[in-house]
Amino acid sequence: MTSKVVVVGAGVVGAACAFHAASAGLDVTVVDRGAVGAGTTSRGEGNVLLSDKEPGPELDLARLSRALWEEAGEELGSDSIELEAKGGLVVASTAEGLTALRGFALRQATAGVRTEPVEHVRDIEPHLAPGLPGGIHYPQDAQVQPVLAAAAMLHAAVARGARFHTGEIAAAVMGRGDRLTGVRTVAGDVLPADAVVNAAGTWGGEVGRRLGASIEVLPRRGFVLVTEPLPRMVRHKVYSADYVANVASSDAGLETSCVVEGTRGGTILIGASRERVGFDTTMNPAVVARLAAQACRLFPFLRGIHLIRTYRGFRPYCPDHLPVIGPDPRAPGVIHACGHEGAGIGLAPATGALVTAHLLGRSWRGADPAAHTGLLPDRFFTSGGTSK
Amino acid sequence: MSELIIDGKPLAFVEGQTVAAALVAAGRVSWRTTRVGHRPRGVFCGIGVCFDCLVAIDGVGGQRACLIPAREGMTVTTEESTDE
Repeated sequence: MTSKVVVVGAGVVGAACAFHAASAGLDVTVVDRGAVGAGTTSRGEGNVLLSDKEPGPELDLARLSRALWEEAGEELGSDSIELEAKGGLVVASTAEGLTALRGFALRQATAGVRTEPVEHVRDIEPHLAPGLPGGIHYPQDAQVQPVLAAAAMLHAAVARGARFHTGEIAAAVMGRGDRLTGVRTVAGDVLPADAVVNAAGTWGGEVGRRLGASIEVLPRRGFVLVTEPLPRMVRHKVYSADYVANVASSDAGLETSCVVEGTRGGTILIGASRERVGFDTTMNPAVVARLAAQACRLFPFLRGIHLIRTYRGFRPYCPDHLPVIGPDPRAPGVIHACGHEGAGIGLAPATGALVTAHLLGRSWRGADPAAHTGLLPDRFFTSGGTSK
Repeated sequence: MSELIIDGKPLAFVEGQTVAAALVAAGRVSWRTTRVGHRPRGVFCGIGVCFDCLVAIDGVGGQRACLIPAREGMTVTTEESTDE
């Protein structure tokens, strides 16, 4: 049982950890070297998706998280975090693609995901290109504005007694025997704690190393394109069936499969590319051109629309493409909560609840540590605690 | 002074002014609204970056009023006049 916890990282995952831990009555301090949501949180689209996940540990967490986003919306105000249950529409471009998509959806349905086959995709998304063979509607898919959500959860945590220190960098853990006693910052301050949460996202590998619990978290660069503001033209999160294959892939080369959706501001967001180029932030016009061309094939009206900007960020992934959530067997008091790749926004509330459950040593808000053992860091290590 | 037509009404401008400058000079500072909450939008950045000042010009939508020089007889339509 923990009473004092330091959360490293004020992105959406760290904010959710702080929100749940403070709600459970724990003494919480959040530190981040920068501002709220300044890393990957502000560089994505705000996906809360079940549609792209195959049955398994990630989908189990995503289903819980979908319910907890709803609860967070009720508590924080759905409007203030722009939480919108708009639904997802996955479209196939070929008959073979549609057969594969239907098989995938069937397996998801048996795992508890609501799926609705759509024969005429233009009935529910009128500006799609003609001639698409069909798709699957996922009514549970939702959208949230990630930075507003992170800030709102952090604000609620502070209202429950949590502290937030920006501009503070975690340097090392301090301990006595096999017990954690605090976290030392680069500036030399000591934050007393009996647990520390590594919620540093793409930088979770480096933070883990400083905490004496190194794990492999790698960056995968993703671009998002933004159009001029328009009247409502795209109603769902619409993406091509190829997206699922790309998310699960480890290919080093450029992969693009477009995801198109409207925002409340009227702009349309076009994702999502994946490249393994380290922490390289360079603009890549080839990626922009490819994403734009794919989006125009799905929605031909986009050919006449301006792009006003693009942004990019690093999706943090573990070698097996599952997030790592739970206590590190090698370092007492260290709990990892990172490596969510492109699903961190969607998975944040359940991650926060699961971390809190680990801290409490019992279930919290539907998160039962015994039900999510597939996400534990143990999977990377042999029983002796050495790297596999 | 020259004149353009905005939402069916004449608007005088000085040669060299952009459409946005002509509107602001006439005391009109907003001509769009946000979709949620219908908050007013007009010139924000004034240099073509923010896309807040969009109008249709001679039937072509999505034009940035802050970048387009006003021309004698051009037809400008604002979203306020076309929105539901």
